[in-house]
This record gives sequence, C-alpha cells and structure tokens, in this order.
Amino acid sequence: MAKLLIHQEKITDAKALAMICPFGAMQEKDGRLSINAGCRMCRLCEKKGPKGAIEYVEDKKAPQIDKTKWRGIAVYVDHVDGSIHPVTYELLGKAKELAGKIKQPVYALFIGSGIKHKAEELLHYGADKVYICDKSQLEYFKIEAYTSVFEEFITKIKPAAILVGATPVGRQLAPRVAARFGTGLTADCTILDIKENTDLVQIRPAFGGNIMAEILTPNTRPQMATVRYKIMDAPKWSDTATGTVHELAISDEKLKSRIQVLGVTKKPKEKTIDGADVIVVAGRGIKKKDDLKMLEELADLLGGQTASTRPLVEAGWMDPKKQIGLSGRTVRPKLIITCGVSGSVQFVAGMNHADTIFAINNDPKAAIFKTANYAVKADIYDVIPELIQKIKTGGKAL
Amino acid sequence: MKILVCIKQVPGTNKVEVDEKTGVLKRNGTDSKMNPYDLYALETGLRLKEKYGGTVSVITMGPPQAKAVLYEAFAMGADNGALITDRKFGGADVLATSRTLSQGIRRFGSFDVILCGLQTTDGDTAQVGPEVAELLDIPSVCNVQRIEKAEQGSIIVDMDMPHDIETIKAAFPCLLTVNKDICQPRLPSYLRKQQTMKKDIDIYTFSDMEDKDEEKYGLTGSPTSVQRIFPPISDKVQEHLEGTSRELAQKIYTTLKQKKFIAG
Ligand SMILES: Cc1cc2nc3c(=O)[nH]c(=O)nc-3n(C[C@H](O)[C@H](O)[C@H](O)COP(=O)(O)OP(=O)(O)OC[C@H]3O[C@@H](n4cnc5c(N)ncnc54)[C@H](O)[C@@H]3O)c2cc1C
Ligand SMILES: Cc1cc2nc3c(=O)[nH]c(=O)nc-3n(C[C@H](O)[C@H](O)[C@H](O)COP(=O)(O)OP(=O)(O)OC[C@H]3O[C@@H](n4cnc5c(N)ncnc54)[C@H](O)[C@@H]3O)c2cc1C
Ligand code: SF4
Repeated sequence: MAKLLIHQEKITDAKALAMICPFGAMQEKDGRLSINAGCRMCRLCEKKGPKGAIEYVEDKKAPQIDKTKWRGIAVYVDHVDGSIHPVTYELLGKAKELAGKIKQPVYALFIGSGIKHKAEELLHYGADKVYICDKSQLEYFKIEAYTSVFEEFITKIKPAAILVGATPVGRQLAPRVAARFGTGLTADCTILDIKENTDLVQIRPAFGGNIMAEILTPNTRPQMATVRYKIMDAPKWSDTATGTVHELAISDEKLKSRIQVLGVTKKPKEKTIDGADVIVVAGRGIKKKDDLKMLEELADLLGGQTASTRPLVEAGWMDPKKQIGLSGRTVRPKLIITCGVSGSVQFVAGMNHADTIFAINNDPKAAIFKTANYAVKADIYDVIPELIQKIKTGGKAL
Repeated sequence: MKILVCIKQVPGTNKVEVDEKTGVLKRNGTDSKMNPYDLYALETGLRLKEKYGGTVSVITMGPPQAKAVLYEAFAMGADNGALITDRKFGGADVLATSRTLSQGIRRFGSFDVILCGLQTTDGDTAQVGPEVAELLDIPSVCNVQRIEKAEQGSIIVDMDMPHDIETIKAAFPCLLTVNKDICQPRLPSYLRKQQTMKKDIDIYTFSDMEDKDEEKYGLTGSPTSVQRIFPPISDKVQEHLEGTSRELAQKIYTTLKQKKFIAG
C-alpha cells in the first residue's frame, strides 16, 4: 500500500505546508506535521512542499493488466421508450473521434423493449456495431436487470472504455456497473481524450466548477465515464451506415428484479430551459419581481425562455426549475443574454458552454465579462427597453 | 423499520481557487459541515421513523474529526452512529469509498432502508449510493422525490425522471438516494444536542472490515487516479460594447440579426 513519509527535519514551516493540502488532511501540532485519514493522496504536498519533506513510497507495484485484451469504445444508448436521448449521439461522435485515434471500433449498447427498429439510426451516427437486448422485462428501467445486461455486454465484448450520458438513468446505472466490475468511473467529464495505450484522459470539474481535475483509470478495464448532455458536439447524420446490428442474448434468470414499476405518470409539460435555444437570464440586478416582465418580453421576442441566478429563486421570484448553475440546470443554448448577473463560478458552471453569450452589467469589473463574448457595460433598465423597441420596430428609427 | 442514513463531512465552503503559477489549491477557511444533501436523507429517515416506528442510525467514513457530523445528526434526532476511519482508507475514490462504507454497514447491523443524499458538494459524483447498493447486493432507486408508503417488507417511492415520475416498489433491504424536493430538513434541537453531546459512537477501523484485503481500500484500492488539478480555462472571443444605451441597443440588435436570432 502506497504511503506518505513525513521528514519533519526538512520542514521549516509546518503551518505553511499544512495549508498546501486542499483537503485539510495535514495537521500541524507543536511544529510537527501529521497526515490523517482525510488524505486523498493527491500528492500535492509532495510536489509543492519543501523538497524532500514529504516522500511518496509505493511498497508494492501492482501487477499491470494486459490492456490489449480490451478494445473499442462503447456508448450506452439512453432512451425513453425507444426515443433516443440526444446525448447518445453526442457520445457516439466523441467515441468515433477517440476510437479513430487508437484505430478501434465504436460500439453501442441498446437495452429496452420494442426498440429494435431504432437501432439502425445509431449506425448513421457512427456506431460500428450496435448490440441490442430487446426483452419485455426491460420495458421499464429496472436497475438490477439493466446492470445484468450491461454485465453480459462487457464480459462478451470487453470494450476499453464506456461512455454513459449523465442522465438520471445513466447516473445510477453506470455506478452499479462500475462497482460490479470493480472499475473506475469518472463523473461528468467535460473533456475526453485517449492515449495510445488506450488510457482515457478524463477531465472533470470538481468543487462546483472551481477547479478542474484530470483523472486516469490506469490499471483497470473497462474505463467508465459519464458525460452530461450538451457538453460534446453531436456528429452529423451520415447517409452511409456501414455498421451492423447484433443481438445480445441473456437468460431470463438474470433479468429478475427486486423492484417493481407500479406506474408511470407523465409530468405536466412545462417549458423547460434545458432544451431552449435562447435564454434571457435575470440576476440580482433586477430590482423587483415585476421587472421580470421586461425580460419575459425580450425572451418572447427572441423565441426563448427566461431563467435566473440562485438569489432570485431563493427570493421566490423564479421557479427553481429555471435556476441555472451548479445547484440548478446546465444549459447550452445557442444564445444567452445575462441581465444584471455578476458571474459567480457557480452560475457560470451551468452556462459557459452556450454558443453566444451576451452579458449586460453596469459594473465594468463584473466577472461575467470574462465569460461573455459580448460584454455590454450598461444599465439593464436603460438598454433592455431600447432593445425591445428596436426588435419590435424592426430596427427602424422611431 | 430499521433505517440507516449515510452522511459525509464536507468543507464548509467549496470556494477554492487554484494559484495559477504554482497550481496549489487555495482554500478559504478550514471549517467543515455535514454535506447539505445528506440533511434531506436524514430528514426522510426521521419522518419514516415517526410514521412507522423503528430506529434511525447514521454512518460516516472520514478522518477522526468527521465524527462531528454524527453528533449533528444526533441533535436532529438520529438514534445511534458509527464512524469508519483509518489511514488505510485515505485517498479513496468512489469505488474504494463504497467498498469501505458497505463493509462498515455490514458491521454496523442489518437495515431495511439505507438512505443517501443525491450527491456531495465536494467530490460531487453522485455515485457512492448506487455503488454501495451494488456491493451490498440490494436494489437501489435514485432521485427519489417522494415516499408514498412503507408496507410489509417493501417501500413505495416516486423516482424523478426527466419526463415522468415512476412509482416504484422496492423490496427490503434497499437503498434510496433522495433529492431536495422530498422534504424540508428540520433544525437541530438544542435540548437534543445537550443530551447527546457525550453519546457513544461505534468506531470501525481496518481491522473491523470483513474483507481484509488491503489492496481493496484507500488509494491502492482506487481504480481512478487524479493526475493534476488546474483552474478552469476560458477560450472565448471577446468584444466589449460601449456607448449610450441607444447605441448599445442598436449594436446588440445588429449582432443578433447577423447571427440570425432575429428574422429579417
Ligand atoms: C454551493 C453553491 C452553489 C451555488 N449554486 C448556484 C447556482 O446554481 N446558480 C447561481 O446562479 N448561483 C449559485 N450560487 C450562488 C452564487 O455564488 C452567487 O451568489 C449568485 O450566482 C449571484 O447571483 P447574481 O449574479 O444574480 O447576483 P449578484 O452577485 O448580486 O450580482 C448582481 C449583478 O448585477 C449588477 N447590476 C446591478 N444593478 C444593475 C443594473 N441596473 N444594470 C446592470 N447590472 C446591474 C451588479 O453589478 C452585479 O454584478 C451557489 C453558491 C454556492 C455556495
Ligand atoms: C477533484 C476530485 C475529483 C474526483 N473525481 C472522482 C471521479 O470522477 N470518480 C471517482 O471515483 N472519484 C472521484 N473523486 C474521489 C471522490 O470524490 C471521493 O472518493 C469521494 O469519497 C466520493 O464521494 P463523493 O463525494 O463524490 O460522493 P457522492 O457520490 O456525491 O455522495 C452521494 C452520497 O453518498 C453518501 N456518501 C458519500 N461519501 C460518504 C462518506 N465518506 N461517508 C458516508 N456517506 C457517504 C452520502 O449520503 C452522499 O450524499 C474525486 C476527488 C476529487 C478531489
Ligand atoms: S497527498 Fe494531497 S491530500 Fe494527502 S496530505 Fe498531501 S496534499 Fe493532502
């Protein structure tokens, strides 16, 4: 088991060294340093502390696995009653790019009931082989049954890496599969790359987007990663589909489940900001609830939706479902216009993938201007009514 | 009903910055607290107990000082608690954490329902719940937004899905992760806090684990490895617009038109 040795004699300022630890795992007492169970072995203290003060020792080298036995990049096909979630296509696009670098195939795993006719579609997005398990027992998402099908797939195909959409289904299915195989799973990756030895380079935000971490799964296969919707670019539908569709067999015994789906209630169709192409965001620059009407009007004119930062949700001015950010929704619209939003990291984490960002703020130092493509230094109460007028009159002088 | 709630101690704030030059994390403040999402799990457990009777136990894995969250839970009404701690568990990723937790849970007792928060505010993976369920070989339901009722040997819950609500019956023992719509957590009671301040807790270390394979815990047992940590980068083209509000409105309008957001 790897451990850290502390060479107290090489430490001049134990307090300063303890501060380096991002996890508060180093404690200083009477000038002596100790490391407790909070240590995540990030080895920052070794790298950033005084030379030689902290030594990393690995007493046993774990046997290296044979990575050539695991080939291809697989994508889990997320869908509701056969209608495929667009995150699947985004992942197929990414998988194709990664697989191209290592010259290996792209697989898709499609689990459900009455879904066969949809499998073809996946080939047009770059899958080389689609494995389909179509059984009446799989009509609803039952986690144990789905995990078993996933297990069959991995055991049979042995993919080097598996990408799963970070949807409510993917976020519970992927960890169960990872635990069954005792393998690593990196959550919510925003950047993925691959090395020649098929190690997946996974980059994800942590601490609420305040930092980015690069994560490898260096000695376990399959490597697993989840990716949120609208992070990767969707590939174009291609005319030619050279791939093939295969059936994945599984015994009924393995589809048994200790959960039962008693019923499914459709949620009332509400306008969600998740899929909106245009979003107008209200921040605390809005002085009273009534002023939101102005932004609603602008959103309407642009065929979009309104959304807000957290303080407005907390004030009860906005529906929590319309909150953008770390503890709200992640959006990736074509256009976003923020109005009186300061641009906290928590907010920006939920919208910085928008194609075009306009920020209107009267404070030239507002952090949002670092994220914006168009930084508009202005009072929202002046410029928005003007803009609304312009759009209404077609930009003609009044 | 025997209920267990998994709670984690997290930093009081996740406002961390990376020093651009040295790559070192700068953390403001070193205080810690119970993961806010776990308050909802705990509240759910306490309400189940109020309705159906039984006990609410809490368990946490972390450094010795993590026991503070157990006492926070006692002040809210939890009956007993266990801390899993050992240097050997340090550096654990989700898998190693889940292994340790599931071993600790086995040691702690047998439970009808295990409740977890949806996610944490530090690691923020939302993976520990389902992995623990897998390792305990019990069914799991995530994103639970309502508990309909408990029956003999099972519980009926609503799972929040993108387009619909699925009503699910899960057989005991099972694991649920609950979201914030489920209920409003109560405040800790001062009286309870006083009464439980000196309460005994169970402490489990490596030697209490059923599986004594050291390779499965801590850093060594973690398949993922954090290679480096760096500040987020932005690579956006930037344009600053200035002028009178009329000029600005005109500029915005023209740009929106060019980009085809406005017809004509
Ligand atoms: C764990 C955690 C999670 C969080 N999650 C989220 C989240 O998901 N989403 C979120 O939004 N926040 C979140 N927050 C809160 C976040 O830190 C900020 O407090 C919040 O985003 C600030 O909202 P704001 O920009 O509307 O308000 P402020 O920061 O108050 O900014 C208001 C801005 O409006 C400008 N302004 C004022 N008047 C005018 C005017 N007349 N014209 C033009 N500009 C004007 C000001 O210059 C200022 O920049 C979270 C915080 C934590 C700790
Ligand atoms: C920057 C960074 C990035 C990371 N990325 C990954 C990654 O992608 N994959 C990975 O495998 N590991 C990752 N880790 C490690 C991971 O954060 C920790 O291993 C952590 O223990 C996993 O839990 P979480 O905080 O993500 O919990 P979640 O899975 O978000 O927690 C869900 C629920 O599980 C319960 N729970 C979680 N931890 C405990 C505990 N210690 N005691 C009791 N109950 C608990 C709580 O009820 C909690 O609400 C990362 C760590 C860092 C610092
Ligand atoms: S290795 Fe990382 S977590 Fe462990 S003591 Fe050093 S800085 Fe802290």
